Amino acid sequence: MGEPLLSRLIADGPPSLWEWIARNWDTGRVGSIKDLLGDHLVMSLVPIVAGLVLALPLGLASARWRWLYQPTAGVFNVVYALPSLPVFMLLISVTGLSKTTVIIPLTFYAIAVLLPAVVDGLGSVPDHVRQSAVAMGFTPLRRLVQVELPIAVPVVLAGLRVVAVSSISLVSVGALIGQGGLGMLFTRAYQNPFLPPVIVGIVLIVALALVADGLLVLAQRLLTPWVRARRAS
Amino acid sequence: MITFDAVTKRYADGTVAVDNLSLEAPTGEITVFVGPSGCGKTTSLRMINRMIDATEGRILLDGDPVQDIDPPKLRRGIGYVIQQAGLFPHKKIVDNVATVPLLLGWDRGKARSRAMELLERVGLDPAMGERYPFQLSGGQQQRVGVARALAADPPVLLMDEPFSAVDPIVRTSLQDELLRLQAELNKTIVFVTHDIDEAIKLGDRVAVLRVGGRLAQLADPKTLLSEPADDFVREFLGHDRGIRRLQFVGTEGLRLRTDLTVPAGFSGGSPEPWVLAVSDDGRPVGWLRGDGGGEPEPYGTFRPGRDSMRSALDAALLSPSGCAVAVGEDGKVAGVATREALDEALAEAADG
Repeated sequence: MGEPLLSRLIADGPPSLWEWIARNWDTGRVGSIKDLLGDHLVMSLVPIVAGLVLALPLGLASARWRWLYQPTAGVFNVVYALPSLPVFMLLISVTGLSKTTVIIPLTFYAIAVLLPAVVDGLGSVPDHVRQSAVAMGFTPLRRLVQVELPIAVPVVLAGLRVVAVSSISLVSVGALIGQGGLGMLFTRAYQNPFLPPVIVGIVLIVALALVADGLLVLAQRLLTPWVRARRAS
Repeated sequence: MITFDAVTKRYADGTVAVDNLSLEAPTGEITVFVGPSGCGKTTSLRMINRMIDATEGRILLDGDPVQDIDPPKLRRGIGYVIQQAGLFPHKKIVDNVATVPLLLGWDRGKARSRAMELLERVGLDPAMGERYPFQLSGGQQQRVGVARALAADPPVLLMDEPFSAVDPIVRTSLQDELLRLQAELNKTIVFVTHDIDEAIKLGDRVAVLRVGGRLAQLADPKTLLSEPADDFVREFLGHDRGIRRLQFVGTEGLRLRTDLTVPAGFSGGSPEPWVLAVSDDGRPVGWLRGDGGGEPEPYGTFRPGRDSMRSALDAALLSPSGCAVAVGEDGKVAGVATREALDEALAEAADG
């Protein structure tokens, strides 16, 4: 380790990058790029979906019973504030060195962002709109599904975009316990200084984040044409 | 018919919003609840469709106590128009209007075609059906609100200050539109406003409520203006009650003179101080001095039999001659109501 790490990393130029990718893309063994990409997708998508599925009822309950909101949001914010490493340590005793150990804290982080988004989204329903729904004879459930939730969608989706990108990026921290998805490429490069894995890791993570964000923007356009209509007017 | 039978609304903190209110809103008429803020007019309205439940007393809808009807079912049978229209921002106009028919289980096609029909009925281009509420002006949104309330053809319509958030010109046209619609539809309408002029213009009957939710007077607008029950009502009506009462005096009996008109090319020689120049197609041009001097002066018109004495008097005050020009529906001059004729009619109105 006499030579500085960075200059040794740079010494390996682009020619060997493609070669490295070709050699490691799909070796059929654990730890190939394709394999890590799959792990990364699972460990980031599960928290996004689970976070949304759990934040919706929590948010609905918090909007319905306001006194519930601050304590609930507080719990998730505290979990959000905990450093990942001790959280992993704590979880390892229960779930071991598995993907679940990464997925659980990321799900909590997702809820910490999405819970306020759901509550604010429901709060964005104008009072006169809610009242006219009542006056027209919507039952409470139907009003929620057909009026309040659709109007909350833009705010919830904005939260979901933050969650998707941060979740995809945060998975790499799991490398600390050997479950980092593409993040494993960074620890590997650190142990055995070599540039290509780092480049591949960064590019793929950023690309995943961009694709996820793009899909959510598309979903927003399809689900809420009325928001675009408002901007155009 | 909607009947309030000794209805009281008392909140948990002891505030009384509505105090022992008994009145009837007759079928096919517009009953207006008017009063200052805090008089319980909106609370009274909302007790009809059970958005608020009465503490004491009963409200009957054609004899049936509303307390016995499941709220969503009750509300689907009662149209409701709210101040800011309350349109669903995420739904196209046509789907907004089709809301109640869809809740009632109509099929989509039928509900949509009914919605299109109603948009036309309230004076909107059906092409607007494909837009979203944010793309419409306040006045247009309010028309959609009325269309939506009428969609399932409910016999009863509740309107909670529906026109108070739009500018005065739009408000006037919405009020005229409501009266036109009501002449066709004959709904039982309960209309809440804080604007006494709106109450007098729209109401077949006006219920004036005072703070604390007590009924001060229930009367038709003409009676209200000529015989206010007490100082509160008198003060609430404002100072020009006498002039405003002329709104309910007709002009069909007004004596018209037809000998005061001259062709547009008139050049003098009339014994009258003022004569009305009329164009070749019979329309008024302006007042000219009987000696032919000067340019045509401004004039005011009214439609005899259609407009009120208030309009006729207004028309007279707009011209230097002090006479009002009577025009037919085609805009052609039908005659002139002189000061003397107006004076006779006013004397009669004061007696009656």
